[in-house]
Amino acid sequence: MPRPTCGARGGELSERALGIVLLAPMVLVLLLVIAYPLADSLWLSLHRVNLAHPEQGQPFVGLGNYLHAFRQPAFWASLSRTLYFTLLSVALEVALGLLFAVLLNERFRGNLGARLALIFPWALLTVSNGVLWAWILNPTYGVANALLMRLGVLQAPKAWLSDTFWTMHVVILADVWKMVPTMTLLLLAGLQPIAPELYEAAAVDGATRWQKFSRITLPLLRPVILVAVVLQSMGAFRVFDIIYVLTGNGGPADSTKVLAFYAYDQAFQYLFFGYGAAVSWLITACMLLLIVIYMHWLRAGER
Amino acid sequence: MRQARGNLLSPATRWLLLLGYLGYTLLPIVWLCLSTIQTQASLLTLPVRLVPAEVTLHNYVDIFTPAAFGEASGQATFVLALRNSLVVSVGTTAVAMLLGTLAAYAFARCNIPRQRTLLLIVLGSQLLPAVSLVIPLFRMLRSAGLLDTLLALILAYSTFSLPCVVWIMTGYFQSVPRELEEAARMDGASRFGAFLHVALPLAAPGLAATAIFTLLNAWDEFFFALIFTSTYASKTVPVALAEFIGRHSVHWGMLVTGGFIASLPPLLLSLVFYRYVVAGLSAGGLKE
Repeated sequence: MPRPTCGARGGELSERALGIVLLAPMVLVLLLVIAYPLADSLWLSLHRVNLAHPEQGQPFVGLGNYLHAFRQPAFWASLSRTLYFTLLSVALEVALGLLFAVLLNERFRGNLGARLALIFPWALLTVSNGVLWAWILNPTYGVANALLMRLGVLQAPKAWLSDTFWTMHVVILADVWKMVPTMTLLLLAGLQPIAPELYEAAAVDGATRWQKFSRITLPLLRPVILVAVVLQSMGAFRVFDIIYVLTGNGGPADSTKVLAFYAYDQAFQYLFFGYGAAVSWLITACMLLLIVIYMHWLRAGER
Repeated sequence: MRQARGNLLSPATRWLLLLGYLGYTLLPIVWLCLSTIQTQASLLTLPVRLVPAEVTLHNYVDIFTPAAFGEASGQATFVLALRNSLVVSVGTTAVAMLLGTLAAYAFARCNIPRQRTLLLIVLGSQLLPAVSLVIPLFRMLRSAGLLDTLLALILAYSTFSLPCVVWIMTGYFQSVPRELEEAARMDGASRFGAFLHVALPLAAPGLAATAIFTLLNAWDEFFFALIFTSTYASKTVPVALAEFIGRHSVHWGMLVTGGFIASLPPLLLSLVFYRYVVAGLSAGGLKE
């Protein structure tokens, strides 16, 4: 318990001491659950550690694990799947999120009620979302095939989750469906401060609705869109849960094995802890690179 | 007529878009809900019926009984998983709120040396992919003999909940004027008393938003739980559901009902506290 200081204002030093006392528990916990594990992970990534064969010891291999990853076609394939997943899902989220944010920023009766609808995809458990889409897309009893066949789009039922092309895309669909509300809320928060006078002035000048959107809304929203894109990309780049629930193993034929899944497989299926740790550092490096690219893009836009 | 805010859409476009929006957000959930109130036989009837022929609440009873969803030492696994999820989420939230709030107050008020750097490190840790923490954490928990315990999950969940609380609450405390605490101390309140009786109540909306946000994230977490649990001593609801898909991919009645029930607490909580959830989302924005 911090000691109360005397006088109306504590001196500079006691204020600092209080700060350290208040900070200490958090720092200790984070040292235990983040800092120490990260150091261990770095150590692991430089050693050959195979939990299945403890008798082989844990020899130092330098950057061997990293170099090994670069030589694995499976690593590069996972990286390109991860990028594909990230780009496509974030692009779809921005498109739908923008559409919905503009809609919810309009004044109409029942607007608040309409906003509440965002909660449903957002609050559904990630795993429940997987269950929901696995059921909707069930080849025999799923409503997706039933509707598409009734509409004449499909002639025969499709096994969405057994097809190397479609599995990735329905996984993206399921993920996007749940993530669009987050994107919508972020963009809506960016739309709300835009002064109505700007639109009024544009209307006086005879601007069309599309011109108002493309000349006022979009440029003013640009920074918010970029921040939202960065945030959502970070999430998408690390995707694992929905793929695990919908495919079980990143299949069929590894077609949905993204980087996080690849690292998980290496560490927890094959028990290559050293190699798995190295891959997880490569994932972190890729994400930092992605952020740098976005930042560059953001700054280029400001010029 | 005066131009309303935004007003980027013509009335016809707006109604069309609203219809599409409501269909997008609600139809999948409606379908999930409809599927929970049918018998297994009616779910597996062809052609697929859009409106159920008969309605039953059997699934909602069966899932809580040992046989239907699976059992562990004579108890229904779904019940055990719900209990585990509850303990872990509440435990995680309590730990993160307690330690995180104190730290956030220190960041906002006390002159911590290099506080900006420290705060950025705490936030920066959230960029790490879960898989880079899960491998060393697994080794650590294994040597501590903590694998397959609820404590292991609470510790692991601190990796995202604690930084999240610190980040959001620091912002809240910074928005509470310092002068109010100084005034309280003029009136004889102790330094800690000013924090407890002035700053904390003023930051109450922030505390509520952050607590709900933390609770929802912990309830939803899957990856750590998948790896650190192996029996129903610690398996949480998401793990139980994922396992059920793997084992009985045909028992859709139980599966959709379990998925729906597991989502009810977050759904109800977020609908009731919509404002707080939105505040947490825009302040944190860290959710995976």
